[in-house]
Amino acid sequence: MSVIEATQLTKVYSDLRAVDAVSFRVATGESFGLLGPNGAGKSTTMRMIGGTSLRTSGTLLVNGLDPETHGPEVRASLGVVPQTDNLDTELNARDNLIMYGRYFGLPYSYLRPKAEELLQFAQLSEKATEKVDNLSGGMKRRLTIARALVNEPSVLLLDEPTTGLDPQARHILWDRLFRLKEQGVTLIVTTHFMDEAEQLCDRLLVMDHGQIVAEGSPAALIQQYSTREVLELRFGSDRNVALVERLRGYADSIEALPDRLLLYTADGEAVLARVRADGLDPVTSLVRRASLEDVFLRLTGRSLID
Amino acid sequence: MTTKLIRIRPGVGAWMAANSSGNAGAVIGRGFKVIRNQNWMIIVSGFFEPVFYLLSMGIGLGALIGTVTGPGGHQISYAAYIAPALLATSAMNGAIYDSTWNVFFKLRFAKLYEGMLATSLGPLDVAAGEIFMALFRGFLYAVGFTVVIASMGLTTSWWALAMIPVALLIALGFAAIGMALTSYFTTFQQMDWINIALLPMFMFSATLFPIEAFPEVMQWFIMTLPLWHGVELMRQLSVGHWDASTAVHLTYFVAMSVLGVAFATRRLRTLFLR
Ligand SMILES: Nc1ncnc2c1ncn2[C@@H]1O[C@H](COP(=O)(O)OP(=O)(O)O)[C@@H](O)[C@H]1O
Ligand SMILES: [Mg+2]
Repeated sequence: MSVIEATQLTKVYSDLRAVDAVSFRVATGESFGLLGPNGAGKSTTMRMIGGTSLRTSGTLLVNGLDPETHGPEVRASLGVVPQTDNLDTELNARDNLIMYGRYFGLPYSYLRPKAEELLQFAQLSEKATEKVDNLSGGMKRRLTIARALVNEPSVLLLDEPTTGLDPQARHILWDRLFRLKEQGVTLIVTTHFMDEAEQLCDRLLVMDHGQIVAEGSPAALIQQYSTREVLELRFGSDRNVALVERLRGYADSIEALPDRLLLYTADGEAVLARVRADGLDPVTSLVRRASLEDVFLRLTGRSLID
Repeated sequence: MTTKLIRIRPGVGAWMAANSSGNAGAVIGRGFKVIRNQNWMIIVSGFFEPVFYLLSMGIGLGALIGTVTGPGGHQISYAAYIAPALLATSAMNGAIYDSTWNVFFKLRFAKLYEGMLATSLGPLDVAAGEIFMALFRGFLYAVGFTVVIASMGLTTSWWALAMIPVALLIALGFAAIGMALTSYFTTFQQMDWINIALLPMFMFSATLFPIEAFPEVMQWFIMTLPLWHGVELMRQLSVGHWDASTAVHLTYFVAMSVLGVAFATRRLRTLFLR
């Protein structure tokens, strides 16, 4: 059973194809990621799933219903965390949760205890009566995420959920999301952080310029589009590019970034030894495992974060 | 699930399924919660605006002008002449402000509606709830202003109480059209055009002096404007006088409200769903 079935999903803004003939399915209980740089069309895709942005063409079913013709019914089982917080600044933290629940038609008798539970979840119990404007960025983010859980959604849409959170808060959130996933909640996450995608997602769509450039599990994508290891070399910004040709034979492939060269190879240490033996002494060198960042770089020639 | 897929909801039913969960009440509940928390000065200040106009123009200018010919040819004080017009104008201004500036701000900047529309609420619920709240504020102001002018002796009939529901009818007509127009706006600057249209309408719609001051062609033009009908209707109610024109004024606003709501409904998805 698919939670989401998108076929040739397209959104055109005046002349920009923000989402361009994208097709994918998400299975119940799956944790599904949209990975791509800014402007790839991730948020637009999320808004179309919630039925708050009207698609230009293509078909889309969420729990078997078209969100454009059954928006309220579709959204009753969705939890939405938008990219930028849109908390109700005229209400305090607790009332943000309660009112949001009212929009789902839930009764106060359910919402009052639920709000306390969610405040605790967001570690905001002491801030319950604080106006939203007086909360820090991280607190607002946590409240937005807690708010999305008020209707106990079966599908959670998280648009860049950890942007603005410190590393500790990120890990706590990942842990919470993991628990929701264990309870059978379907997660749909957009991110431009590769570590987040690797941590959270069973399966990924890599997007760029509104199109799908690759699809698969993080491990499969790395295996398919990258070598096992990456050797990073820095020779100083003026020499990096000049050395690309000379190093060509050492690795399966090379990507030149402004500040460093990436050599893709199964055995980074061995290549490094050969580079050194050849009399090329990099200022710094690093052997690491390939990541989704490398996948994206290999597919598009650009970094995820610019 | 398959039964849901092949279920067909024709016409109105299908439109409702796409745009409403029938829960505008939650939007209204939120509105009252905000009013309760709000700084009362903000609410009270909206009430004082027409009162200040009345005091300065009615009492101040009125001392120079003396009496004016009111509905049915009766001589009434200048303050009594403009008071009902100020009520009609304030109903219009409040409704326009709430349905244009306020809606645009909550849509594009506060992102309040974005949050609401991520829930079971549909655009119809949000629009209906917000228009209700605009009318409720209008109701408070209308009650307050009517009490003020009645206690100043500027009304001469119990029919003046009917000015309150009429103020709501005027507000509904303007709010519905205001909301529909907001769906065409992309910047705050474009909303200045509304003010550019409203100010002369206030100046010329027989609010502060009789329409007979203008050449006949101009009078005909003014008679097409909504505010003139609102002003004349209010003025007639304040003294409990009516004639055939009363029905015309009333019909004008009923029609404006019906057409306005239809227009706003058509533009609803464009306004809220991008
Ligand atoms: N409301 C809008 N009007 C016009 N262009 C838009 C709008 N929203 C997004 N875009 C454009 O669509 C493209 C995709 O945006 P978005 O979906 O936000 O990407 P992402 O979330 O991957 O960063 C961008 O080029 C963005 O500028
Ligand atoms: Mg985005």
